[in-house]
Amino acid sequence: MSDAESHAFDADMRRANRKKAVEGRSVIFKIKRCDGPGKPSRWESFKVPVEQGGNVISSLKWIAANPITTEGTKTTPVVWDSGCLEEVCGACTMVINGRVRQSCSCLIDEYAPLEGDAITLEPMSKFPVIRDLWVDRARLFHNLTRVKAWVPIDGTYNMGAGPKETPEHQQMRYALSECMSCGCCLDACPQFTKVEDEEKWDTSFIGAHAISQARLFNEHGTGKLLKGDRYEELAGAGGVSDCGNAQNCVKVCPKGIPLTESIGAVGRGTTVHAIKQFFQGKE
Amino acid sequence: MADEKRVIVVGGGLAGLAASVRIAEAGVPVDLFSMVPVKRSHSVCAQGGINACNEVARQQGYSEYQHFDETLIGGDFLNDQHPVLEMANWAPKIIDLLDRMGVPFNRSSEGFRDLRLFGGSLFKRTHFAGATTGQQLLYALDEQTRRFASEGKVNMMEFWEFLYPITEGEGEDKRCVGIVAQDMRTMQIRSFRADAVVMATGGCGLVFGKSTNSIICTGGAASRCYQAGAWYGNPEMIQVHPTAIPGADKCRLMSESARGEGGRVWVPRKKGDTRKPTDIPENERYYILEERYPKYGNLVPRDIATREIFDVCVNEGMGINGGNQVYLDLTHKDPEYLTRKLGGILDIYEKFVGDDPRYTPMRIFPAVHYSMGGLWTTYTPGDYQPEQPGTEHKPGNPIPIDAQPGHGLTIGAHNNAMTNITGLYAFGEVNFAYHGATRLGANALLSCIFDGLCNGVSVVNYVREGVDTPASELDQSIFDQAQQAEQAKHDKLMASVNTGKGDQSLNPYQIGQEMGEVMNAASTVVKTGPGLEKCLAKLDELRERFSRVELGDGAMWTNQSLSYARSVGDMLILAEAIAKAGLLREESRGSHYRTDFPERDDERFWKTSVAKFNEETGKSDIEFIEVKAGLVKLRPRNYGKVDSGTNKEKIPPKQVAQANA
Repeated sequence: MSDAESHAFDADMRRANRKKAVEGRSVIFKIKRCDGPGKPSRWESFKVPVEQGGNVISSLKWIAANPITTEGTKTTPVVWDSGCLEEVCGACTMVINGRVRQSCSCLIDEYAPLEGDAITLEPMSKFPVIRDLWVDRARLFHNLTRVKAWVPIDGTYNMGAGPKETPEHQQMRYALSECMSCGCCLDACPQFTKVEDEEKWDTSFIGAHAISQARLFNEHGTGKLLKGDRYEELAGAGGVSDCGNAQNCVKVCPKGIPLTESIGAVGRGTTVHAIKQFFQGKE
Repeated sequence: MADEKRVIVVGGGLAGLAASVRIAEAGVPVDLFSMVPVKRSHSVCAQGGINACNEVARQQGYSEYQHFDETLIGGDFLNDQHPVLEMANWAPKIIDLLDRMGVPFNRSSEGFRDLRLFGGSLFKRTHFAGATTGQQLLYALDEQTRRFASEGKVNMMEFWEFLYPITEGEGEDKRCVGIVAQDMRTMQIRSFRADAVVMATGGCGLVFGKSTNSIICTGGAASRCYQAGAWYGNPEMIQVHPTAIPGADKCRLMSESARGEGGRVWVPRKKGDTRKPTDIPENERYYILEERYPKYGNLVPRDIATREIFDVCVNEGMGINGGNQVYLDLTHKDPEYLTRKLGGILDIYEKFVGDDPRYTPMRIFPAVHYSMGGLWTTYTPGDYQPEQPGTEHKPGNPIPIDAQPGHGLTIGAHNNAMTNITGLYAFGEVNFAYHGATRLGANALLSCIFDGLCNGVSVVNYVREGVDTPASELDQSIFDQAQQAEQAKHDKLMASVNTGKGDQSLNPYQIGQEMGEVMNAASTVVKTGPGLEKCLAKLDELRERFSRVELGDGAMWTNQSLSYARSVGDMLILAEAIAKAGLLREESRGSHYRTDFPERDDERFWKTSVAKFNEETGKSDIEFIEVKAGLVKLRPRNYGKVDSGTNKEKIPPKQVAQANA
């Protein structure tokens, strides 16, 4: 396992921590800060009292209202991205104690149960930092366009129902469709590297996220009409064959999406598609 | 581009995306502004489902007309009736469209779309995709929008914050011709031209501090339109969801679908019973809603469930361990069934609370959830104009309009969902029209998509036929002035930066927190005249402090403190309208419950409250205007309540104050 999980507690240990958490304690937040693109990074620490049921978000909010470091210096509120706070929008993803995850579902009791325990916050490592813990994940959405992650409907006029499907098939699609484009799978992937030059996005490894979405739309009655386009994109540079099979993606996915299965299925599909094209003389 | 007419859509949730897709499809270019990547919009949080008449329910006696009727009684007749009829008529077609877009709706064993029960109906008419229906619908529309964006038909402006609408002309001729917005990263402020602007900016949960809303749901954008002269309808109508998980940073929603799938709300019969819930035998449990409302049981509308839970905990002191919590119990259901139907929300509960709801009853309490009120909008009624309004619709009866459902709206009329400012539209939660005094569960997603698809056509027609001088040909000075006005407000806030010790009472986060506390205490589940007056006085104090606010961050790059502080100022202005309309509405209706006026008073208040911003006082002028009814007669709303012997209508104000603390 790479460092994505080296500092992480496993789930059982975290659950056990919840029980031994001390009431009325304070914990130390060590936060990696950066004022903007091209600016140097620095670390700042804050001593934060723990509320009942507190999480990283409630702690960052506390820091925003009391932006004083442990050295007693007044500083600016920490900048971070967040939205729903229910682990369904994907916005508040960051690296916490070395592991990439959503900060809203990161409970202080689980990570820092005792007085003075420390929690380290860093921005995601594979995307350019905008400021502090906020990163620019535009590439991740761009990759959805690369694989045409949509159903090519004729239009929005009323034309009756969509294709019927079995409950089993629906459950399979639903599991893939829960992907909230948070980018955990990309941050933990050794093959997905930081690429700041937008010109190179189309030829850099696309990552588990978009490959799994390609599978989702290939599995839809109408969505599969674009299967050929998706396979061609994924057979090219930065496509599915760049996967190094480290399997970190599936370990860090907060929604338990079967990403490695998706990579396998899309890999096979791409090969079959290429062979067919070859025998049809289309290459 | 110079001579091409364009539309700006502000907000990329369901309403904004549906509008963008519809307008772009018609060939009008769209600039879509959003503070977040649209896939992360708040619609993603909707869980339970989306209502529509369907073939199974139809053969059991249900109809679009009954869906319409249920929505009106749910909203306690404060809804504008014509748009609701049209929405109910469109609902089945909207489901079909979403199905074609690839939404993974749950399926029956034969492969048809599965249905579940939801509040306010005795028929299964709610379509769903697990327990994350909003997420799945949002993704489907996000994908279609991405497709249009890749074809250059929609121009994505993500991480841009809407600051103000730009108008030209005065009085009758006043029309919206663009917006001023700010790039949240570079902090650049600039103007954008448009021939129509669609506000699809959602609700204002953050006005109440902790709510079930996302942290972007400040209501700031709606407040800015209101300050620019757009009217705000029914501001006091705020829905408090009966079942939420109280938390340190927010209250997380526990979907109504938990009750739709059989969840039962109960407390121990014995006050202060400390046994584990699973050790308490059936006959020692008080199933609050089932006993008080035998007909609808756990599926009474949200305002009723909320007040009953509140009543049991606060007035009768029967909450779990005497606290403000009740059980929501699913443990009698098959765990595998629960995973299939509700997996998403059960996992969230387990993640945040630590107990598995499949085996341990959940602990929940009401929290602010939705704003029925919003920007006031108008419309052109359709061809269904009965001489006499209909009476209560009985299942199975023929609908009182021809064989084909009659039209509630004239489709494509320029003014459908348009605010009082020509060319400025309001779609989705920020449109006040549909839900009256309480929204029924699973109607929100419907009203968002309906607005986008149906009234998107109105926007296209208005831009093509109703705009004589395109915005692109207007004098640049109009846009420069608007931009400079916003720049001046921005610079004034930036000049307040305090890098020293500072005065904590002038910290924007502190002011925002105090506003949330006072609004939550005085203007949610139970309201009183004196309570609201105190609340207004507190808001005055907060506004005075805000006029001297001190920013904690002077950065000219990605300054979130500035954006937040600005929205606190706008929220305070909206909060005043919410509290004042609540004070002036001396009756109880739907979500608005006044202990000093516990009855519905149709004579005085079967009216829409309309808040108009008074530039001189900086406060709201509230008027009460006729509700646009005429299709269905008023009738009492009781959902078959049996009198439990406790007379809830006489809660002494003292106890209420305590309860709200």
